[in-house]
Amino acid sequence: MSEFLFPLAVFFAAIFTNNILLTNYLGMCSFLSVSKELETSAGLGIAVTFVLAVTTAINWVVYHFLLVPFQLEYLRFIVFIIVIAAFVQLIEMVIERYSEGLYFALGIFLPLITVNCAILGVSLFMVIREYSFITSFFFGLGSGLGWLLAILAMAGIRQRLRTAKIPPGLEGAGIALVIAGFMAMAFMGFTGMINIS
Amino acid sequence: MAPGMVKKTFLAPLGKDNPVFAQILGICSTLAVTNKLDNTVVMSLGVIFTLALSSWTISLLRKAIPSRIRMMVETMVIATYVIIVDIVLKAFYPDMWRQLGPYVGLIITNCIVMGRIEAFAMQNKPSLSLIDGFASGIGYAYVLLVIAFFRELLGTGTLFGFQILGSWWTGWAIMVMPPGGFFMLAIFMWIAREAFFKEGSNE
Repeated sequence: MSEFLFPLAVFFAAIFTNNILLTNYLGMCSFLSVSKELETSAGLGIAVTFVLAVTTAINWVVYHFLLVPFQLEYLRFIVFIIVIAAFVQLIEMVIERYSEGLYFALGIFLPLITVNCAILGVSLFMVIREYSFITSFFFGLGSGLGWLLAILAMAGIRQRLRTAKIPPGLEGAGIALVIAGFMAMAFMGFTGMINIS
Repeated sequence: MAPGMVKKTFLAPLGKDNPVFAQILGICSTLAVTNKLDNTVVMSLGVIFTLALSSWTISLLRKAIPSRIRMMVETMVIATYVIIVDIVLKAFYPDMWRQLGPYVGLIITNCIVMGRIEAFAMQNKPSLSLIDGFASGIGYAYVLLVIAFFRELLGTGTLFGFQILGSWWTGWAIMVMPPGGFFMLAIFMWIAREAFFKEGSNE
């Protein structure tokens, strides 16, 4: 595939064929606990997308210009998590200072994001798959949008389920997992649409 | 330390307080690594090691950590143990290391580890925290092993890569693919919850 098209292919693959949540199971914890309301799901999803796109890019720079030259690749776990935590903290301070509305809309989700495994997972995948800078950025953005899509769909379905009769043992997380299973099956329909190595 | 306390600390995470099906923590890796039994065993050992030792370390340091930066300190400690697991795997079992991919690193953000540290190790003695971490690891591991057993057996007819079911068995491809993981965990959760919370007064 040409230089130019590859990042775009990765971008769409991250949303549909290799959805970070439905095929790699990343970010399940907040997915299960937050997806009860459509509005909060949208807020968290947007925050995740933004943080994913930016931290993946930052981590790429840190990894290739700091860790690789000094042969400190094994420190990547610690360094990535520090970058993510610091970035989230920074964003929280900036929006608290400049935009009160945005702070109340997104602020409460930001601390949740540091421990969202999707963020760290995407940075680790980017290293393993040896993506270039541009590809990594699009990979992060696409993964975030894929996550947003999945949590929105889930929240919509769960709002309808409120009146349904569910066996007591399956309430809450159980039924959410069954729905996620069906969604994963639906997303399998996209398999083969985009082939990236 | 009363022996009753030790026993209670050890048994709680295996049943009523199980990290996976009662507290719904650490779901990501539960699903991701359970398509094969040998992956699952390695991952479980990694989690038990990290969980027990980081609980112990944090408990030792609990009076010295300023509460404002405690999350950061906890993450650092967890990450240190995960790096040890990663390096050992890479050195001795490179094939396994390649298969697990990013999931070893993701033990850092596994909510079980952080959850047990926050809920238990910050308030309890190091020896008790070590037991709690170890028991939570075991509670996590046996759920994973049961799920992996069924996924591998039904998906490919093998266990640990050895053919168990004869050639008449047609593998259920869905079991080794992502949806199978979701369905198996939901079924397991359903059965376990019916068994452990029969009184109907859960949550």
